Amino acid sequence: MQNSSPNSLTDKQAEELVRSNIGWMLAIAERLLGERALAEDAVQEAFISAFQGFEKFENRSTLKTWLHRITINAALMKLRKLKSLAEQPIDEYLPEFDKSECRLEAEWTHLASTDNIVANEESQARVHTAINTLPKDYRIVLLLRDIEGYSTGEVAQYLKLSESNVKVRLHRARAALKKLIEPLLRDEVF
Amino acid sequence: MKPQNNILRKLKGFMLRTMPNMITCREFEGFVVDYLDNELPEKQRSKFELHIRMCKECRQYLDAYQRTIEISRRACSSSDDAVPDDVPDDLVKAILKARKY
Ligand SMILES: [Zn+2]
Repeated sequence: MQNSSPNSLTDKQAEELVRSNIGWMLAIAERLLGERALAEDAVQEAFISAFQGFEKFENRSTLKTWLHRITINAALMKLRKLKSLAEQPIDEYLPEFDKSECRLEAEWTHLASTDNIVANEESQARVHTAINTLPKDYRIVLLLRDIEGYSTGEVAQYLKLSESNVKVRLHRARAALKKLIEPLLRDEVF
Repeated sequence: MKPQNNILRKLKGFMLRTMPNMITCREFEGFVVDYLDNELPEKQRSKFELHIRMCKECRQYLDAYQRTIEISRRACSSSDDAVPDDVPDDLVKAILKARKY
């Protein structure tokens, strides 16, 4: 397996590469795929393509960025193969308007602080569950743009969508997530 | 909803639809992503901001919407930090084994 290319990895280096990156790679894949077992498969495939591409990979300073992309591609490939499960339509979580186009929004007397929600393990778990509840096509866009920090253009490329389509999905995903975590935001759970 | 509220809402809707430089709440909805990305052209941005000042529902909605983005970001990044403690050994071995073939 070992050859003379300066970029090829020794067994020890390979193990090091896996151990120091597998944690965050699993976290990303699990968020995208919504399931640990699928995430493990995707991460395994990601490492295999990383090993194959490693010899050609020159810029070590961007190793994490490179692995990030490989992980997302492996997870998206898996996701495409998955049959879509019965999902809740997103419409029921979207904002509502009356006949004169005015927003119907229950009055906000209190808005919980981010710190309080993030500091509480149970609320954090509720946020994760809520993200997982979003239909897959919307969840992916929200995760790639808001969590992984890719631009609208990059997300459009990954998903082969137009930029305006990405924006529409992003907006719906955020609005639906807001609705789903409203009890937390209004401090009604604790 | 009280009938009085209903009349006020109708009035508000009428005003937003007909007066210059106004947008309806529904139109506001379509501008949110670009506004937060700072990509809204000047003219639309001033309409959007005027709507925020005039409409309590959209103002509160936008606050909760932004808070949601912040929370999802923070809730997910802290779970990334938590993972490396339990590196799954079986998986690491399986990956390294697969590399040999
Ligand atoms: Zn409004």
